Amino acid sequence: MEHVVLPAWALLAYLAAGVLFILALRGLSSPATSRRGNRYGMIGMAMAVATTMATQAPIPPGHWWPRPSPEDLVILAKILIAIGLGAVIGITTARKIQMTAMPQLVAAFHSLVGLAAVLVGLAAYLNPAVFGILLPSGAISPDSRIELGLGIAIGAITFSGSVIAFAKLNGNMSGAPIMLPARHVINLGTLVAILGLVAWFTQDESLWVIAAITVLSFAIGFLLIIPIGGADMPVVVSMLNSYSGWAAAAMGFTLHNTAMIITGALVGSSGAILSYIMCKAMNRSFLSVIAGGFGTDAGAAGGEAREQRPWKRGSAEDAAFLLKEAENVIIIPGYGMAVAQAQHVLREMGDLLRKEGVGVKYAIHPVAGRMPGHMNVLLAEANVPYDDVFELEDIQGEFAQCDVASSSARTTW
Amino acid sequence: MDFISILSIFVMACFVGYYVVWSVTPALHTPLMAVTNAISSVIIVGALVAAAGRSDTGIHALASSWLGLAAVTMASINIFGGFAVTARMLAMYKKKQKG
Repeated sequence: MEHVVLPAWALLAYLAAGVLFILALRGLSSPATSRRGNRYGMIGMAMAVATTMATQAPIPPGHWWPRPSPEDLVILAKILIAIGLGAVIGITTARKIQMTAMPQLVAAFHSLVGLAAVLVGLAAYLNPAVFGILLPSGAISPDSRIELGLGIAIGAITFSGSVIAFAKLNGNMSGAPIMLPARHVINLGTLVAILGLVAWFTQDESLWVIAAITVLSFAIGFLLIIPIGGADMPVVVSMLNSYSGWAAAAMGFTLHNTAMIITGALVGSSGAILSYIMCKAMNRSFLSVIAGGFGTDAGAAGGEAREQRPWKRGSAEDAAFLLKEAENVIIIPGYGMAVAQAQHVLREMGDLLRKEGVGVKYAIHPVAGRMPGHMNVLLAEANVPYDDVFELEDIQGEFAQCDVASSSARTTW
Repeated sequence: MDFISILSIFVMACFVGYYVVWSVTPALHTPLMAVTNAISSVIIVGALVAAAGRSDTGIHALASSWLGLAAVTMASINIFGGFAVTARMLAMYKKKQKG
């Protein structure tokens, strides 16, 4: 059987959805355009879903007229229930979640994309005819097998990795790295085995091959993330973001769907760039974070080696006096502020200082908080105007001119 | 579409992604992750196709359609949750009067 031939309008609609997703990310280049961008994303998604519903599912072309069969209507009802259930769960969670808990929410969402990719891959393997990847001989076409194998593997890694990341961020699991002996050998061996099985899958489409790929990939996602310490989670969450994109892209190759391929590429690059930015900000190489555990070793060693400089303890009154007498104050918030939910009090303090004629600015280190840009969201939540919030590179020169740089961040500049 | 056309779209989209993402202001990196998460749920397209598969052709087809339905639910959680939480965050970035 050939690939399902879609009408030209459907192909154009998928392409348009892909373009809308690009515009959604483009909108995030400034807070002013960002909300419009988010709407583009929603429209793109609605278009992709509607096009699929109208052309391939739940009712295939030709079944709409003269009238859909009862079986078709049952399928339609099931699908609508599934979407409705997802909508209720998704929207309630999004409304309730605290801004400090954003990293674990994103990790949980990543795990869902990963698992969905695995399920779609397995579904395509079990019923290749509906995906149009069945050859006349009755076998699944070899290139589709590679795409399915890779899609399932990446999806499974995304799923189990995100579950661990969620547990560590949410405190269900200690943030301390868990070191297995010979973990590099085990990880490398598992990865090689997965790739070998994907190659083998092109020759032999037995169930055990795809089952083994799935199980080993779940295992490697788990093994890769448990040795990574809590402080490195921003990198891990970004990396899993990237993986969820590649998984979607792999499924897009199977379905020959432009919307999925464009999205996969966008999300894949986005996560990769964010991981790079995070690593650079921590002066770490990506490999050392992913190889795991290096963070804690290096941190401990750094602490001892650091030169002991003289310091003085001051009271809150002293600090208040210093701040009031200063002309320019730069506040560098750290994660401790977020944990203490002190962003609102901090903003009130900033307002008081401003009334005294003191210039107040906020400087944000890229890895302040537990995911990229987390601190900016927390400050925005406390109504700090975003014009007063600066990134590391933009404000670095101003430290020489400021009178007080107040930092609760443990990261050094 | 043949494999090469699809691969071309993919490679071009990677470049577009690279440049678009670098243009995102660091202040919005958390909303960026939330929204990329929502759009990566476009995998729902595959889930819908699987869920709508005729299940009268045997146990494999039946299993396939249920896996599809489960995937539709997960992807929907992500789509609605992802866009809603992004909208909530972005609303906090609205231009405010300085106090």
